[in-house]
Amino acid sequence: MSFSENAAFLSPALAGANPQGGNRPATPRPSVSKQTSAGSQAVKLSVHNLDFYYDQTQVLHAVSLDIPANQVTAFIGPSGCGKSTLLRCFNRIYELYPKQRAAGEILLDGRNILASGEDLNMLRARVGMVFQKPTPFPMSIYDNIAFGVRLYERLTRSEMDIRVELALRKAALWDEVKDKLNRVGTEISGGQQQRLCIARAIAIKPEVLLLDEPASALDPISTQKIEELINELKQEYTIVIVTHNMQQAARVSDFTGFLYLGKLVEHDATPQIFTKPAKQQTQDYITGRFG
Amino acid sequence: MAKTLENSMKIRLHRGLAMDRLFFHTTRIFAWAVLAVIAAIMVSLFAGAAPALKKFGWGFLTSSAWNPVTEDFGALVAIYGTLITSAIAMLIGVPISFGIALFITELCPHALKRPVGIAIELLAAIPSIIYGMWGLFVFAPLLGDYIQPWISDHMGSLPLVGALFSGPPLGIGILTAGIILAIMVIPFMSAVMRDMFEIVPAVLKESAYGIGATTWEVIRHVVLPYTRIGVAGGIMLGLGRALGETMAVTFVIGNANRIHASLFAPGNTISSTLANEFTEAVGRMYTSSLIALGLVLFLITFIVLAMAKIMLWRLSGQRGIHV
Amino acid sequence: MEPLAATGLYRRRRWINTMVLALSMLMTLFGLFWLVWLLWTLMGQGLRYLDLSVFFQATPPPGSSGGLGNAIFGSLALTFVGVLIGAPAGVLAGTYLSEFARDSKIAVVIRFLNDILLSAPSIIIGVFVYEMVVLRMGHFSGWAGALALALIALPIVVRTTEDMLRLIPNAIREEAAALGAPQWKVTVAVVFRAARSGILTGVLLAVARISGETAPLLFTALNNQFWSHSLNEPIANLPVVIFQFAMSPYDDWQHLAWAGAVLITLTILLINILVRLLLKTPPSRS
Repeated sequence: MSFSENAAFLSPALAGANPQGGNRPATPRPSVSKQTSAGSQAVKLSVHNLDFYYDQTQVLHAVSLDIPANQVTAFIGPSGCGKSTLLRCFNRIYELYPKQRAAGEILLDGRNILASGEDLNMLRARVGMVFQKPTPFPMSIYDNIAFGVRLYERLTRSEMDIRVELALRKAALWDEVKDKLNRVGTEISGGQQQRLCIARAIAIKPEVLLLDEPASALDPISTQKIEELINELKQEYTIVIVTHNMQQAARVSDFTGFLYLGKLVEHDATPQIFTKPAKQQTQDYITGRFG
Repeated sequence: MAKTLENSMKIRLHRGLAMDRLFFHTTRIFAWAVLAVIAAIMVSLFAGAAPALKKFGWGFLTSSAWNPVTEDFGALVAIYGTLITSAIAMLIGVPISFGIALFITELCPHALKRPVGIAIELLAAIPSIIYGMWGLFVFAPLLGDYIQPWISDHMGSLPLVGALFSGPPLGIGILTAGIILAIMVIPFMSAVMRDMFEIVPAVLKESAYGIGATTWEVIRHVVLPYTRIGVAGGIMLGLGRALGETMAVTFVIGNANRIHASLFAPGNTISSTLANEFTEAVGRMYTSSLIALGLVLFLITFIVLAMAKIMLWRLSGQRGIHV
Repeated sequence: MEPLAATGLYRRRRWINTMVLALSMLMTLFGLFWLVWLLWTLMGQGLRYLDLSVFFQATPPPGSSGGLGNAIFGSLALTFVGVLIGAPAGVLAGTYLSEFARDSKIAVVIRFLNDILLSAPSIIIGVFVYEMVVLRMGHFSGWAGALALALIALPIVVRTTEDMLRLIPNAIREEAAALGAPQWKVTVAVVFRAARSGILTGVLLAVARISGETAPLLFTALNNQFWSHSLNEPIANLPVVIFQFAMSPYDDWQHLAWAGAVLITLTILLINILVRLLLKTPPSRS
């Protein structure tokens, strides 16, 4: 596939302006008007020289980048390149596994979250995560969401009702489950479960949302719903998404980082990456020369 | 060429089908054998107990008599002993089993997980008779010389509780039997709980940690509900083992056919009565009464387990866990 | 976002978490303590009485010295025959429950009853076999004892086999079937193979369990002061001998009882450790 053909293929995703609030377009479009530089907006997360080790093997090498606030940043790259590993550093979920460790700095609003004294529970209240496989908790749909909220706030029953509804509405799931709130989380479809997980994550009002291949286990229609959701959610949250689907990255993100073999090869505004990448490696990956 | 291939494939197909049928029926027979064994046990117990049941009727269950000379027998002493020792075992054993499972899966340093787990499981491997010997020669004297006097000094004068700890500190007795039973069932229950905790998918646990839950909260709200069935099943098996445990109890329970309020007192359980007296029982009524005791024990165990299973079925429907 | 660390709710959550984890550590130490204490005193009491004569001399009459040879031999024989009867039956039954009848009503009933048999007091099994075999034959025998042990092993193997087989994902069965394999072959060659370490664990656990069982042998195999020549008569076995000797007032007998206790414990511990070392991956993972 030649480069210009590639650009043409992706161009529907790149054309058009970003709608600000209000109407939702049929397909979400990234913000082209802000593609000039990351410096023109606030930085939410800043990674400095991040290394990551699984036991003795180093899987991330000196990764440095800035994640802008209220934008969608995508990490793309072939399998095993370290994109999920990088994502999992932002909420330090790797700490559950003694053989995994990170070195370097990640600044959340200027504060290094990799520091040894950092409170992990607090971090995870600010940085939420949605996983590849939908994982509803073994409780009712209502409780799935209430569980997280109860960790941080004491609400009355009616206040909680409102919170649950709000979260489900934001996740575009309310209409489908409002009559089934007492049913167990596993009784809804895969796509709905994943939106439940998103609702659960946003119910606790995080600032950053990490999405680890959120639609890869879902059918195309659910995938589209989730992509539309992402575009809505970025108005309130900073979103970082890992995806192995380049078209998805192009559709959904404002900025893209391309990783290969644990190194951040290139990171720029999405339209730039997909039409005029600076590095040959990036171009090769985008055109499908290697997968 | 094509034809020979076809033929050999046909033969394989036929043989395959015949083997399928054979396999199916063989496995089915043995599965049904389980049913047959239970039924046979019930029937033979009833048959053996019939003379005693006919003579004593329902009074058998409420009578605390046990006199081979006058041939007057009652099950109350044995039933009481069985229930109390098992209750003590569960009260002590369940929380400790849970704590051990929790420690090993969530807190224990990675390098120590296997050795600690193996060590705890070795407790389960030690046969009951070893616990009995150890209980009689090592544990009971210690209990009688130091611990029981301490307990009666401190709790003996309290209004209701005091009665539980009255009487001479013999060392052997109901409390001792209960404690040893607890130690015997702990490893079994905690191993089941541990297996259950580790069966929970990592993604599910990560999701819970991901919204900032503490370890205890993840266990309590996600792991336990997910594994509720396995955990409850483990506890029930522990209880069943405690109810029917024979040798360890026989060594330390004191073989006394009386009921006493105090936990320090000697007593008898159904299984210890059987172990001590079955081979020496002379006379039809004596033997039959013993078998009747066995029947009672079997029925108690049966009911406990049946209740547990029904409980679990109802729970599993609400929790969305597939069993 | 409000600073969470300051809220009482958060502090309380952290405190509860710490307390629970600390408690769990204490409980583990508690459990380990018992093991160490028990093994320590057992070895302390029994090792000194364990010498070669224990293996080669038969059990003595009260007041004189001897060994446990006939009891050791008897126990080996009984365990062997018991497993020979109980394990294959259990594997086959478990296979039926997992592969053929998994969700059927009859399977529900069988599973239910199997779990009951599994927890049934072993002394009741002894009473049962007494009535069915000993009374009919007119005398105690090794066969009766072995049968009682088999009945104890059976439900253990049924349950673990079924559990292990069920853990094997259906995808494996479908893949084998898609290749054209008949169901028996799918089960035997593929599913069994995938679950083999788990099934083996079940069998070994059953072995370890029945080799220490005393109660069911009390009125089936009974005991025998001499070497037995066939399973058709009462046969000496370690657990019953230990029971008799330990409860007696004779020093020689008590010493032998300790020696026997050490022997049984060491054997079972060795089997268990071996099992865990051999099965490096825990059986539930595939």
